[in-house]
Amino acid sequence: MSDTHASSVAFVRETAIEPAPPPATETGLIKWVRENLFSSTMNSILTVLSILAVYYLLTLLLPWIMNGVWDASSIRECREKLDGATGGCFAVLAERWHQLVFGRYPQDSYWRPMLAFVLMFAAFAPVLFSNLPRKLLIGTALFPFVAYWLVWGGSVLVPVAVLLGFVAGYLVYSRLVDQSFAMGFVGGVVAAILFWWASGFVVTEDASFMSLPAVESRDIGGFMLNLILGVVCLSVSLPLGIALALGRQSSMPIIKFFSVIFIEFIRGVPLITLLFVANVVLAYFLPPGSNFDLILRVMIMITLFASAYIAEVIRGGLAALPRGQYEAGDSLGLDYSQSMRLIILPQALKISIPGIVNVAVGLFKDTTLVSVISMFDLVGMVRGPILASTDWNGVYWELFGFAALLFFVFCYGISQYSQWLERQLQTDHR
Amino acid sequence: MTTLTDPPQESFRLSMLLNDTRYRSYTFQFIALILIIAFFSWLINNAINNPTLQSNGVGFGFLWTSAGYDINQQPIPFNSQDTHLRASVVGVMNTLIVAFLGCITATILGVIAGVLRLSNNWIVARLMSIYVEAFRNVPVLIWILIIFSIMTVSLPGPRAFRGDDPQSSMLFDAIAFTNRGVYVPKPLYEAGSLAVFITFILSIAAIFFYRRYATKLLYDTGRLLPVFWPSIAMFFVPTLLVFFVLGRPIGLEYPELRGFNFQGGIQVRGSLIALWLALAIYTGAFIAENVRAGIQAISKGQTEAAASLGLRPNRIMNLVILPQALRVIIPPLISQYLNLTKNSSLAIAVGYMDVTGTLGGITLNQTGRALECILLLMLFYLTISLAISGVMNVYNNSVKLKER
Repeated sequence: MSDTHASSVAFVRETAIEPAPPPATETGLIKWVRENLFSSTMNSILTVLSILAVYYLLTLLLPWIMNGVWDASSIRECREKLDGATGGCFAVLAERWHQLVFGRYPQDSYWRPMLAFVLMFAAFAPVLFSNLPRKLLIGTALFPFVAYWLVWGGSVLVPVAVLLGFVAGYLVYSRLVDQSFAMGFVGGVVAAILFWWASGFVVTEDASFMSLPAVESRDIGGFMLNLILGVVCLSVSLPLGIALALGRQSSMPIIKFFSVIFIEFIRGVPLITLLFVANVVLAYFLPPGSNFDLILRVMIMITLFASAYIAEVIRGGLAALPRGQYEAGDSLGLDYSQSMRLIILPQALKISIPGIVNVAVGLFKDTTLVSVISMFDLVGMVRGPILASTDWNGVYWELFGFAALLFFVFCYGISQYSQWLERQLQTDHR
Repeated sequence: MTTLTDPPQESFRLSMLLNDTRYRSYTFQFIALILIIAFFSWLINNAINNPTLQSNGVGFGFLWTSAGYDINQQPIPFNSQDTHLRASVVGVMNTLIVAFLGCITATILGVIAGVLRLSNNWIVARLMSIYVEAFRNVPVLIWILIIFSIMTVSLPGPRAFRGDDPQSSMLFDAIAFTNRGVYVPKPLYEAGSLAVFITFILSIAAIFFYRRYATKLLYDTGRLLPVFWPSIAMFFVPTLLVFFVLGRPIGLEYPELRGFNFQGGIQVRGSLIALWLALAIYTGAFIAENVRAGIQAISKGQTEAAASLGLRPNRIMNLVILPQALRVIIPPLISQYLNLTKNSSLAIAVGYMDVTGTLGGITLNQTGRALECILLLMLFYLTISLAISGVMNVYNNSVKLKER
C-alpha cells in the first residue's frame, strides 16, 4: 500500500516547519508605536501635535531649570550671573526657605515643628495602615498634645491637663456606656469639663515645669501653617461630619432640620466669606473682652466648612447601604447607637473613603485662602514679605512653582494613598 | 375558664421619657432644641452687648450712601458718586460674567480632556492625565496668581507697540496683548443691526423646528431627512444675507495706540483673564474626571448590544452611550459649576471687582459695617447655590431611571 501511495503523491513533508518570526510590523516597538500612536490619521495628527507641544515646553523649561542660579543674594545678582541667558533664580528658595516653610518661627526652634512633623507620620501610620499593631494607636491619641506642646511651646502642664481631662471623660464613659450610650457620652463630657475646670486652679499660665519657649500664633506661618490648618481641621471635622450626617438621616424632625440648615448654609457660601467672618464678624458674637487667636478663629470656621462637606460624603455612604443592613441591626435587637457603631458606620465609612479623601485634598488646598485675610501661609509669604522685598521683587515663577510643587507632592500622595486603600478594602470579587 | 381582659392601662411615668423608645426621641429633640436656642441667644446677647455694634447700630442704610470709589470694570455705568448698592450690583454682575465665561470654557476643556484621556493614543492619554493631575492637586489660588503674573509681568507694555519697527505687534491687527489687559475690537451697532439680530434668532428657531420635524418624520414614516448640512446652512445663510443686504450695519471699532495707551475697542483686564482662565482650567480638570467616569460607567455590553443591532459607531455614541453617560455626568458637572462660581470669590486676590471685592471688600472697609456686608454677601452666594441645586434636583428627578 505504501508503494502506491508513494507513487501517487509527489512529496510529503515529514517534519513541521520551523515557526517563522512574526512580521516586523507586528512585533516589539514598531507594533506598539503603530497601535498606540499612529493607529489612524486622526491619531497620527494628534501624536505629532502632542510631541511638538512637549518639545516646545521642554525647550522652555529645561534651560530655565538647568541654568538656574542657586547662589545669589538678590535678583540683581542673579541677573548678573545669568548675563542674559535664560535661567531661573532659585537662589530665592535657598535664601528664603525658612520663611517659606516656617514663617516667622524662631530659627533656633526649627527642630520642634520638624519633630512634630516626623511624629505626625508615626501617629498617622496605625490609622492609615491597618496591618500595623493596634497598640500604636495610643501614640496617635497622644500625638495632638505632644504636637501642640512642641509647636506652641509653653509649659507641658497645659496639654497634660487637657489630656487627663480626656482620660477622665473616657473612664467615666466606659463605666456608664454599659447602661446606655447617651448616658456614657453625657457623663464623659461632664467629667472632662469638671476635670478641666478643677485643673484650671493647678495649672497656671506661667507654670515653668518642663517648659519650652512659647511661640506666638502669629509667628507660625509658611507651609507649616497650611499643614497645621489642614491636619487639625480635617481631624476635628471628621467626627463632626459623621454626627451631622447621622443628624441629617435621623427620624427626629428637629435634629434633621438643623442639620440640613447647617449643611446647606455652609455648602452654599464660599470659604472666603467664612474666613471674613472669622476675621471681622466672629468677634461681635463672642463675650466682650474675650481674645481668641486669629488662627483659632480660622480653625473653627474651616472645621465647620469641612464638616459640612464630609457630612454630605458620609450621607452618600449611608444612603448607599442596602436597607437590609439597617433592618438586620434592628432585628438583632441592637439599639440605635449599637447598630450605628457596629453595623452601619463601618460599612458606610468604607464606602465614603474616596469622597473623604477628595474633601481632604480640597481642604488642604483651600488652606491657602487664609492668605487673603493677611495670614502668612505659604502663598501669603510669597505674595507678602518675599515678593514685596527689594531683593526679590520680580521672582514670580520660581516662588509660585515651588509652592505649586509642594502642594502637588502632598495632594498627589494623599490621592495615591486613597486609591491603594480602596483596593485594600475591596471585599467584592471583580 | 379564662376571660380576655383589656391590656393593663400603662400610666405615664417620668422615667419613660428616657427609657421608652416611643418618648425618648421627644426628650432628645427637646434637649437639643433648648441647647441650640441657648447657644444662639448667647451669641445674640454677646452681639447686643458688643460696644462696636452698640455705637454703630445695625442697619442697611449705608447701602444708599455714596460709595466714593471707582470700579475698573463696569458692565453698567458707575461712578464714585453712585451708591454702595449700585456698587454691589456692579460687583454681582462682574461675578456672574466671570462665572459664565468660566463655566463655558471649563466645560469645553473638560469634555475634550476627558474624552482624550480615554483615547487609545498613548501620548495624548498621558498628556491629558498630566494636565488633570497637575491642576487637581495644586490650589486654584496659586493658578490664579501664576496666570495673573503672566498677564501683568510677561506681556509687553503699550509702549512696545509704538514706532515703525515695534517690538510687539497686534494679532491680526485687531487684538493687542499688553500688560494693562487685552484690547479686542468692539462691535458698533448702526441702524438695521436689530434686523440682523432678529434674523439670527429666527434662523435658530427654524433649525430647532426643522430638527423636530425631521425626527417626527423619521418616527412616523421611516424617512430619513438630512439634518446636519441644512442646519449649518440655516445657521449662516439668512443672517449673512440680511447683513450684506442692509449694508453691513454691524461694524467693529479697532483698538489703536494713542498717546501712552490703547484707545477704542474693549479692554479686557488682566485680572479678569487671570481669574477666568485659571478657574476654567482648574475646573476643567475636575470636569474631565467626571466625563471620563461617566463614559466608563456605561457597560461595554451597551456598545456591543447597539453594534449587534447594526448601528454605526457614531450612532452608537449619539443614541446609546451619550444619553446614558449624560445621566451620570450632568449632576457632578452642575456642582462643578457651583464650585467655580464660589471660587470666583478669589477675585479679591487679583483685584478683580466682583461682589466680594466691592461689597465684601471696599464697601466693608469704608463703612465698617462688617456684619451687614458679610450677611448680604453670604445671602447672594446662598441664593445662587440654592437656585442651582434646585435646578439640579428637577433635572435628577426627570432623568431618574424608572424601575419597577
